[in-house]
Amino acid sequence: MIQLSDIHKRFLDNVVLDGVSLEVRDGETLALLGPSGVGKSVTLKMINGLLRPDAGDVVVDGLHVQRLKRGELSELRSRIGYVFQYGALFDSDTVAENIRLGITDETCYSDDGYCADRVRECLRLVNLAPDVAEKYPAELSGGMKKRVGIARAIAGKPKYLLYDEPTSGLDPVNADVIDGLVERLRDELGVTSVVVSHDVRGSFRVADRVALLWQSKIRAVGTPEQILGSRDAAVLQFLERDLEMSLIQAESVANVRKDGS
Amino acid sequence: MHAMARRAEITLDLRRLVGRWTLRSAGHAGRFTYLFIDMLRGLAEWRIYLPRTFEQATGVGFGSLFIVLLVAGFAGAVTSLQAGYQFTGTLPLYYAGAVISESMILELGPVLTGLILAGRIGARYAAELGTMRVTEQIDALESLGRSPISHLLLPRVLAGLLVVPALTMFANGMGLFVGWITAKQSLGITDADFTYGARFFFRPLDLWYSLIKSYWFAGAVTVIPCYIGYNTQQGAEGVGRAATTAVVAASVSILLLDVVITKLLLGK
Repeated sequence: MIQLSDIHKRFLDNVVLDGVSLEVRDGETLALLGPSGVGKSVTLKMINGLLRPDAGDVVVDGLHVQRLKRGELSELRSRIGYVFQYGALFDSDTVAENIRLGITDETCYSDDGYCADRVRECLRLVNLAPDVAEKYPAELSGGMKKRVGIARAIAGKPKYLLYDEPTSGLDPVNADVIDGLVERLRDELGVTSVVVSHDVRGSFRVADRVALLWQSKIRAVGTPEQILGSRDAAVLQFLERDLEMSLIQAESVANVRKDGS
Repeated sequence: MHAMARRAEITLDLRRLVGRWTLRSAGHAGRFTYLFIDMLRGLAEWRIYLPRTFEQATGVGFGSLFIVLLVAGFAGAVTSLQAGYQFTGTLPLYYAGAVISESMILELGPVLTGLILAGRIGARYAAELGTMRVTEQIDALESLGRSPISHLLLPRVLAGLLVVPALTMFANGMGLFVGWITAKQSLGITDADFTYGARFFFRPLDLWYSLIKSYWFAGAVTVIPCYIGYNTQQGAEGVGRAATTAVVAASVSILLLDVVITKLLLGK
């Protein structure tokens, strides 16, 4: 279980999180929604200790993250897969080497045979062909990079998966593929996931529960149905804005199709 | 009244400026110290950094060899020509051998090599690590429970410590050789006179001094850029700033270290 209690964080004069409390239950997928720059990624980075809160407590698997020593934090991180917004793949390594780095058990990591099998398995799980393994990140499309990022995150068989904007920068078709992948990994691997996104449609599809981060605070938490039925002004404003975005997106897709035909 | 208020405002601004600068300097000093301690701790993880160190050393060493030899050659030639200009008719010709060899080994070899490598290695390290920082590759390593120190920083620093002294010795040799050839052509000095002059003032300490300086310079052109690159912020602009800051900081450090080491080892 992941618990964030009364988290505060500021960068210079900019208050990013102001008393954020959140709980992610074992086995569930929670989508953390909110407009850009509201502190969603900051929250995610606190869960695996990449950032420390100014005040408050982050507890993962019963461990207080900010009190962990270096070795303990590494051990905890080996149980948390993190999918970065832009993939964060190592440019000078092949896809196979990138995924191999995700194997956090040192004995397994040193075993070339195990690693080759695991890389193949992870590529299969993210719907990529085995020959992608020998390519470099620069040779991949945006959607493929995201999938390799996911493959690297699951290579160490994590208990938790944190997705930082997994569909941002992707066209609607590729975004759908990634959303499907998030669902599939939840079902096949049984991981507890936190998906940070500003894409309402995708988040409602993959999440068991949704939380809305609004003006540095958690404004609403609930199932997608509960959020859709909410009369809270911030929730309505956020959903309306996303609806407008969806219409613009649908219109642009229709235009592209019309131009193509 | 207005003038007094203005003066008070300026004083306050000045205080703020000094305060901000002091805080920033203290912050850098603290982060640099922590990074250095982390590097020392990381030395135990030799299985991770050693293969990467040789990879880095090969890339950096071979890549820098040509420019280092070229600059050292020109420095040797110019030293020789200037020695001829200053000494002809006033001092015995063999002094040229002494001046060229001592100038190259004591000063020009290590310092010029250090300054060239501050540009080549320093900018490269800062830009590489800076890009990795802003594209979250360093965060990705950390999130996988792996240490960026042993994966990224130690290989670069150790590669520099291996390569810079070696390049400095090559530079010394090249400068001496080109200086010798130039002296023969322009001053008409014989081989015997040149070697006599070079040996007359030479002490084994000179080579040690050159080597010791090169190790310190190696530290400056690797550790400082690594620190700056590792702490890069603000995207592409930040990476550009990190690269230029790294070159300037490493170059200034080399000149400062040059004075300090000379005072400590050769000063009276």
